[in-house]
Amino acid sequence: MMFGFGILTGLLVLPLVGAAFILAQRGDEASVDSNARYAALAATIATFVLACVAWGQFDSSNPGFQLVETHGWVSDAIRFKLGVDGFSFPFVVLTAFLMPFCILASWTSVTKRVREYMVAFLVLETLMIGVFVALDLVLFYLFFEAGLIPMFLIIGIWGGKRRVYAAYKFFLYTLLGSVLMLLALMAMYWNAGTTDIPTLLGHKFPAGMQTWLWLAFFASFAVKMPMWPVHTWLPDAHVEAPTAGSVILAAILLKMGGYGFIRFSIPMFPEASQYFAPFVFALSVVAIVYTSLVALMQEDIKKLIAYSSVAHMGFVTMGLFTLTPQGIQGAMFQMVSHGLVSGALFLCVGVIYDRMHTREIAAYGGLVNRMPVYAVIFMIFTMANVGLPGTAGFVGEFLTLLGAFKANPWVAFMATSGVILSAAYALWLYRRVVFGELVKPELKGIADLNVREAVILVPLVLLTIWYGIRPGTILDAFAAPTEALIKNYQAALTAAKTAMLVVQ
Amino acid sequence: MYHAIVFLPLIGFLIAGLFGRLIGPRGSEILTTSLLVVSAVLSWVALFNVGFGSGTTRIQVATWLASGDLRVDWAFRIDTLTVVMLVVVNTVSSLVHVYSIGYMAEDPHRPRFFAYLSLFTFAMLMLVTADNLVQMFFGWEGVGLASYLLIGFWYQKPSANAAAMKAFIVNRVGDFGFLLGIFLVFVLFGTVGFESIFPRVGELTTQTFRFLGYEWNALTLTCLLLFMGAMGKSAQFLLHTWLPDAMEGPTPVSALIHAATMVTAGVFMVARLSPIFEYAPVALTVVVVVGATTAFFAATVGLVQNDIKRVIAYSTCSQLGYMFVALGVGAYAPAIFHLFTHAFFKALLFLGAGSVIHAMHHEQDMRHMGGLRKHIPLTAAAMTIGTLALTGFPFFAGYFSKDAIIESAYAAVAHTGFAASYAFVLLVVAACFTSFYSWRLYFMTFEGRPRWAGHGHEAHGHDDHAHAAHGHDDHGHGHAHTPHESPLSMLIPLALLSLGAVAAGFAFKEAFIGHDYEHFWKGALFTGKDNHILHAMHEVPGWVVASPFIAMVLGFVFALYFYVLRPDIPGKLAAANPVLYRFLLNKWYFDEIYDFLFVKPSMWLGRFLWKKGDGLVIDGMGPDGISARVVDVTNRVVRLQTGYVYHYAFAMLIGVAGFVTWYLLARG
Repeated sequence: MMFGFGILTGLLVLPLVGAAFILAQRGDEASVDSNARYAALAATIATFVLACVAWGQFDSSNPGFQLVETHGWVSDAIRFKLGVDGFSFPFVVLTAFLMPFCILASWTSVTKRVREYMVAFLVLETLMIGVFVALDLVLFYLFFEAGLIPMFLIIGIWGGKRRVYAAYKFFLYTLLGSVLMLLALMAMYWNAGTTDIPTLLGHKFPAGMQTWLWLAFFASFAVKMPMWPVHTWLPDAHVEAPTAGSVILAAILLKMGGYGFIRFSIPMFPEASQYFAPFVFALSVVAIVYTSLVALMQEDIKKLIAYSSVAHMGFVTMGLFTLTPQGIQGAMFQMVSHGLVSGALFLCVGVIYDRMHTREIAAYGGLVNRMPVYAVIFMIFTMANVGLPGTAGFVGEFLTLLGAFKANPWVAFMATSGVILSAAYALWLYRRVVFGELVKPELKGIADLNVREAVILVPLVLLTIWYGIRPGTILDAFAAPTEALIKNYQAALTAAKTAMLVVQ
Repeated sequence: MYHAIVFLPLIGFLIAGLFGRLIGPRGSEILTTSLLVVSAVLSWVALFNVGFGSGTTRIQVATWLASGDLRVDWAFRIDTLTVVMLVVVNTVSSLVHVYSIGYMAEDPHRPRFFAYLSLFTFAMLMLVTADNLVQMFFGWEGVGLASYLLIGFWYQKPSANAAAMKAFIVNRVGDFGFLLGIFLVFVLFGTVGFESIFPRVGELTTQTFRFLGYEWNALTLTCLLLFMGAMGKSAQFLLHTWLPDAMEGPTPVSALIHAATMVTAGVFMVARLSPIFEYAPVALTVVVVVGATTAFFAATVGLVQNDIKRVIAYSTCSQLGYMFVALGVGAYAPAIFHLFTHAFFKALLFLGAGSVIHAMHHEQDMRHMGGLRKHIPLTAAAMTIGTLALTGFPFFAGYFSKDAIIESAYAAVAHTGFAASYAFVLLVVAACFTSFYSWRLYFMTFEGRPRWAGHGHEAHGHDDHAHAAHGHDDHGHGHAHTPHESPLSMLIPLALLSLGAVAAGFAFKEAFIGHDYEHFWKGALFTGKDNHILHAMHEVPGWVVASPFIAMVLGFVFALYFYVLRPDIPGKLAAANPVLYRFLLNKWYFDEIYDFLFVKPSMWLGRFLWKKGDGLVIDGMGPDGISARVVDVTNRVVRLQTGYVYHYAFAMLIGVAGFVTWYLLARG
């Protein structure tokens, strides 16, 4: 601890230091831009290194909160409290890990307002890490909502042609959900008298209130996930966002919804969660089948991957609400693996977008003839996306489906059909973009991956395969908190049942 | 030793795949092939160690995943069934590697080709050595991936790409069932490891499970779901449509993956899970019916195909049906025996066909062949041996294994009833068809008047040679060449496989299905207390024993008459029965029906949900209505004032934050 602040504060401050440094730059544009890039890269790498140090101190067998630090803030009741457990820490590391890649991916493709762009990303990093480490409801809410702003800017300023439409759609959807969450938050404060998350986790909310609180939180998290039918902002946001924006959106921002479910909805409102589980299953299954079918027919590469993200998030919500160890651990794993794989897929799209400036599937074809290395890497991520065993994509899908089968075979039956559909849309995309003869004249000169792009993609390939073969590294981090969560959940339900019997 | 057998091909794949450009095509060939040969030799050692020595052992490699009470290991289960499969896979794979050195000599992408072959072999080995269902699924999908990559190896051909995709997706339909089967096993047994499942199956015979609104017998449902996976991988009736198209891949691939090894994975799976299937008689009956139908259906289609590879592909499909019939009647050993012998003679037939195609400069249409025996005598001899083995000519490999299956089908009639009689009749008819199409293939290719001189190469456009290696100049003067015998690297594998096709049946008969049964299998194949099929099949009446032989002779006579003595008859027959002919030629119209039933509706539904569901309903009602207004207004405001969207965004953040802080402070 330095000056009374711990390592988690360091993770929040480091990107901001980088941002401040960039803002302080003066001079001619070219050198400012160049400095901004290097400073952003340095700041994100430093953050990642610090996250790794934190990893060294993290004990994955402990189900409780660790690295906790607390400081006075708004009042005695509302404190600046940080801490991580097995559910949140992997996402902190994932965020810190992916940020340098995002900066690298924007190295040459962003040319206007480079300084502001880098600042926006660094601020976004602080806010995203903040969401996962906040142990106070108000603090969480602030990080959760504030994350919208830089993302809104990234899409709205550095996005594609319809960026304003997409940015507003994104903003409106998520803001709408969060207003309800704000109300819920106040209600919780009235009822429990604290906004301290560990305390709230032990607090028992009255059954009637749980329903409303659950729904309010659901409105916010379901939009973030996104779950069907509030998913339509995602394809537009992805399509218009710059590559790095898409990566962050898919890899981290979507995970906040799932994280919200596991941090708040399930442990704090167990009775409501049990009551609404069939509802969540229904939406999840619809999401898997519906968006997979929609993905099949897309003509825009990014839109296709965006729809496939919605389908994959369907596995997450389904897994979480099975309340089985496999379902929950699988869902958490699926979020991490999807972060790697979909992030990597968007990076792959970025590679060819930077060259051809189009995302139309029909504009490509036969890339393998000129870009063999790219073809191999894209193939690996495509296979991870369809959940081939031996890649990270399989583990999450398999475990969530297994959990679902235990909870409700119907759900598993319909969700498993997603494995057929995902193969169909993913392979069809690959075939249209990569295979075939290279006949289009404008593609004749397209170049294979350069060193920067290879440096970005190769670590992701290695991780995707490593986590497919040895998922334990992440999966075990979820084991202890999952066990504790299920135990508390069962206890809460039993207590509620006994209370009911007493009343009767 | 088992680590070496399984991981040497992986090492070959990694080196050839990553450093193929560095070590060059020759280096990749030598490396992958020699590693595979080592694996193959070790596999034979393992066969003699395990088959004629020790029993089941388990070798732990590492933990894969653990979650709650689920624990999945990377581990090998070594028993007789495993080592038999190891021998089949590695022997055929190493021979195919050697053969490919000659066959693919002109291809610039050889490092990639050999890497894929080795990757396939590794995945297949993981499948057959699996000690739990999830690892088996890993291998299962892994071979699917390799098959996808190899079918689409010539990625410039649209037909190859389409076939590759189709293979993967149709297999995924089967895997859908397989996955559900794994889930059900886990729910029933609380584990996915074979060692802990098998001893406990007997306790669950009366257990029921509610699934999709029905109360099922739990074991029957498990077996049916798992069998769905087997149907996909082994191209059984209804899920067979990918196999003929898979012939778009290079011929060595067809021999290795789509004849000898991968497609038999379904048979292996049922045999491996015999301790479960044995307690699910209803599921076994389904296996019999599906197998018999496939055997018959594929044989009828095979009768009229003109592409040399497609005939053999349908033949494979049909022979797999035979194996499933055997499994279904509880005769697991004959099924595996047929798998074993079939691997040799079917790989031989495919590689022989490859040699013919090579000789004919990538001509595959048998109507443009004929009279080739004089030009490529060694290939012709190999094909003759393969044909004799396939049709079950006495004392060749197929004679022992296929006849055993037909006899077991008859023997099961007493026990299984209608399904077994259905199977017996269809299998005997299919045996006749098998003989007919096999000899038809032989006569059209090697005998009669040459039909290739002068006009033999007009059909080039859609043939193998479309890939980069075979530039058109190579073929421009191809017409002047007479067919040439293949190089030694292709002939040696043919010779070794011929040896297998002749001797594999006779040499291993006693061990697999004869007196040494117990001693050889040591319980690797489970047979229930009431299962006496192996004794019963030796006691069937004489006419049953003779029936496959008679069917074979009939098929041969018809083929001889139609294609050698009176070559004008087939055309007349086809003209006289146009409906039947077209029905068979178009493979019972399965592709068209599936396109109509599944592909088109999915695409329509996808587009409908996208445009109408997402576009009209969700967006129209929700965000578009609102955001259209907001964008209108703000655009105006933005233009009027500072011109920067993000000032407003910051205003919003500050507003939200201020509001929260104020509210909570006021309350706090």
